[in-house]
Order: sequence, then C-alpha cells, then structure tokens
Amino acid sequence: MSAWDKVLKARAKDRPLPLDYVRSIMDDFTELRGDRLYGDDQAVVAGLAFFKGQPVTVICITRGKDIEENIIRNFGSPNPEGYRKALRLMKASEKFSRPVVMFIDTKGAGCAVEAEERGQGEAIARCLYESASLKVPMISLITGEGGSGGALALASGDEVHMLENAIYSILSPEGFSSILYKNPGKAKEASEIMKITAEDLLGLGIIEGIISEKGDINEHLDEVMEDVSETIRKFLARAEKVSPDELILKRYERFRSFGKVYWKPEL
Amino acid sequence: MAIFKKKRNYFTLDTHSVEQKEKTEIKPSVPEGMWHKCRGCEKMILKEDLMKNHLICPRCGTYERMGAWERIRLIADEGSFREINGNIVGRNPLDFPGYEAKIEKVQEKTKTFEGIITGYCTISGIRVAMGVMEPGFIMGSMGSAVGEKVASLAEFAEFYNLPLLIFSASGGARMQEGIVSLMTKASFAIKKHSEKGLLYISIPTDPTTGGVTASFAMLGDIIIAEPKTLIGFAGRRVIEGTIRKELPADFQSAEFLLSHGFLDAVVKRKEMKAYLAKLLQLHGGRRL
Repeated sequence: MSAWDKVLKARAKDRPLPLDYVRSIMDDFTELRGDRLYGDDQAVVAGLAFFKGQPVTVICITRGKDIEENIIRNFGSPNPEGYRKALRLMKASEKFSRPVVMFIDTKGAGCAVEAEERGQGEAIARCLYESASLKVPMISLITGEGGSGGALALASGDEVHMLENAIYSILSPEGFSSILYKNPGKAKEASEIMKITAEDLLGLGIIEGIISEKGDINEHLDEVMEDVSETIRKFLARAEKVSPDELILKRYERFRSFGKVYWKPEL
Repeated sequence: MAIFKKKRNYFTLDTHSVEQKEKTEIKPSVPEGMWHKCRGCEKMILKEDLMKNHLICPRCGTYERMGAWERIRLIADEGSFREINGNIVGRNPLDFPGYEAKIEKVQEKTKTFEGIITGYCTISGIRVAMGVMEPGFIMGSMGSAVGEKVASLAEFAEFYNLPLLIFSASGGARMQEGIVSLMTKASFAIKKHSEKGLLYISIPTDPTTGGVTASFAMLGDIIIAEPKTLIGFAGRRVIEGTIRKELPADFQSAEFLLSHGFLDAVVKRKEMKAYLAKLLQLHGGRRL
C-alpha cells in the first residue's frame, strides 16, 4: 500500500475516531472541560476513566464523525484553549498520580486569527515543555492523522504507537508540497517521500510500535480495540516498574536521541 | 539526583572568537555592492551607512534582518564570544533528493555550518550562554542540527550555571528532514535548565514562525523582541487563504504580541544590549 493510500485511509469518513477507542476500552469516561483561562475547545476532548480498573487521564484530539460534529470540533484542529486544557489535565494527573493516555487524530493545530491572538505557538510549546518533567507515565496513540506540532503537543511522552494506517507528519502532504514544490497539487508525490507511515516512523525510531488493522479495521474492530487495549496495558506495566525520576530521565534520553547529527571537520 | 546524571558529554568546545571570524568569514547579510535599497522607504542608501547604523535605515528607521555573526557583534562584548559545537551538521533522514547539495551550497554561501551559532560570551561583563539563529540558512529553518545545538547549549548553560539567551529567526521546521526536525529535544533541555533555577531570555527576531514559535522561542522566562518583528505560528498567507480576507499590516508583529500578552517588552535594536545587561543584573548577574 502506498503512503498516499494510507493518507486516504487515515482520513476516511468511516474510520474509528479517538472517542470510539476510549468508549470501547475504558469505563466510566467522565469528560472534564475548559482551560480555566479562556474557553473550552471541543477539538480536544479530555477527562478521566478507568482502564482495567485503574484511573487514568484521557486526552484526545479528534475530528468529528459528520459535518455537524466537525463544526463543533473545528475539524480536529485545536485552538490554544485545547492545548491549555490538555496541559491542565496533565498537571492534574501528576498531582493525583494517574497515567496519561492520549489519542490523536488531527490535521494539525488551528490556523486562524483567533488562534494567533491567543498564542497558539506558546500553548503548544508549553505542552512540550511540561511533558519533559511530568512525573507520570504518558503514552500516545495516533489513530488517524498526526499532523505537525499540533499532534506533537500530545505526543511528547514516553511512548508513541500508531495504528497501521495512521500517518504522522511534519505537515500535511498538501502543505509540504506547497512549500517545497510550490504546488499543493503534488501532495500525493510528497506523501511518498515524507516518511509518514507507521512503518517508516518505526524504522526511524520515532515511534515504539504499530497496531495492526487486520486488513479492514471496521470489519475487525473488536480485535483492533483489544490490541490497542493490550498496548496500553503493557506500557503501563513497564512504566510501573520505574521510578518517576527514571521515567523522566528515560523520556529525556528518548527525545535526545532523535535526529542524528555529525561533526563536519570543515566547510 | 538521577535526573541530572549524564551518560555522555553533550558538548564540545571550540575556540574561535569573533575576531578570527571577522578577518576571514563575516559577510554582511545585506547584498553585495555599494548601495542598498531599503525594504521600508525603498530609497537607495549607502551600504556603509547602513552597516554603521546596525542595519537600520538612516532615513526611515526600518530594520534590516541581521545575520547571526552581526548580531553577535552587536550583543556580545567585543572579542568575548567563543563558539561551541560549531561543526555540528545534520543528516538526510528522508533521503530527500538534492538535500545534501542544497546544504553544501548554503554552507558555502553563508560560511556557516548550520542554522544557528551557539557559544558563550559576556554581555557588559556578565557571562551568558548564547545562541543566534541565522535567518539566511534555508530561511532559518530548524532541522536536527539546530535542535541538537540548542539542546546542547541549554545543557552547557545548565552545567555551568549560566543564563541562556536565544535569538531565534526561523521560517519553521525544516521540511526536508520531515518529522525528525520536530522532535522536541530543545524544549526538553530548556526545561531542565529552568529546573536548576536558571534564567532563559528568548529574543525572537524577524521572522520567527512555525515550529520554533511552537517550541523554544515562546518558552523564555522573559521574551522580548525588536519593533515590528514578525512572530507567529501559522503563516500569514495560510491564514489569509483560510479566512479569504487580507489581514491587518501589524498582524503577528511584536507590537501585536505585546498587546496580546505574549511579550514582556519591545526593545529597540540599539538599546537591546543595555536592556539585556539590566535583565541579567536583575537576576543576580555580576560583572566578571
């Protein structure tokens, strides 16, 4: 399957969305809203739930199932309030020693006048910054699109896993091709070179694992959900064995190792 | 504490000072020739006059963009800057066609290895670790090498208990390196520096956008910028394309950010050094 086929699958209308996973593998999901600063952004849905009996914090970036829901969720592109709500709940997880489980399906952070006025860059930066020292386990699952800094804000924890046909990219293929080829129409071509598939990213060491979609995710939904659940369970079991300080050190080393550089003697 | 334990040395020292560079390598960021057309009033000005005036148009006061070494000359005490990690360069994680050749061409043109110069110096006698991004290096884009150098600089500052200053200038993440260029080691290292109780002053310069705005440029304990500096997350054209209307001229300017609460102050170029020195003193910085 080509990278572009995966882009289409990741964007498919009938693809399961973050909240489908939450409802399927967790119990008593209780939504908590608002950033306590400005408003409540429904592109980010967050709250508490029991995962196999253990309280966890759940944070999702999600698009909507249909046009009505997409309007409420801003087509899955958060404003700064969404990231600040996520950050508020991350900090609360630390206070109450709850792991953070994040599900991501976003084209990227919102590009709007209001988002700039309220500090989109600052809001994302703050999520990355605080993730560096959050003393609880953090796992992210990219279920559809993982677009740019808008996705990275919720993928700066201990492990990132992807569904088989999810994508994770520096920018949408359309944006990438309009910057590099000065032509948004070359998105398909761009997607093949960007290394955005789960397999490519596993190869680059950017993600920890891939969850199979068993051919057709909608036909095998229960099995896929079971695998997602198992991925989270195994991660929590691993994370439980290390102290908070070690966890943070490992997280630091994880990010520190990305992006290989070398010493060039002279120009 | 385990968190501060290091498995390896992240930084290496290199000791060429600005003076050595000056003799051979510093090239002004304004184009060659005796005359320069101001991007504000569009009048022709003598390049010599422009250079003497710190790249500020003597007629209309428009600021020209400043190259990294020129900025260092403006801010660091004369002869005090020492570069570290100067030879660090990135790889080609996407095997992007023509990327290595492009880098080599830019290196040749700018006489710089990568999009940021990092090192240490004194400012009015106070020691600091300082990073200055080069706007002319593939539009100041942030690739693996820039991330690595910022992270190493923050670790260096943390190790030696130095305040950290970063002048950023960036079109955003470097597309040619794909998602690898987004991996947030700089933000992580700055957080670690901060937890040691050390000061970080961020000075976004014209233009600072995209992935740099969404990471280290917005994480300063104090964030200041020169007048009219462009600072934003999404590109102006992207937003205009979405809302299908033209945005006001001051959108995403330093003044716009100041009025929305995202900057501590707008500081004129000629006053920047004295302003930084004052901030450093207010945080306990002492003259050597």
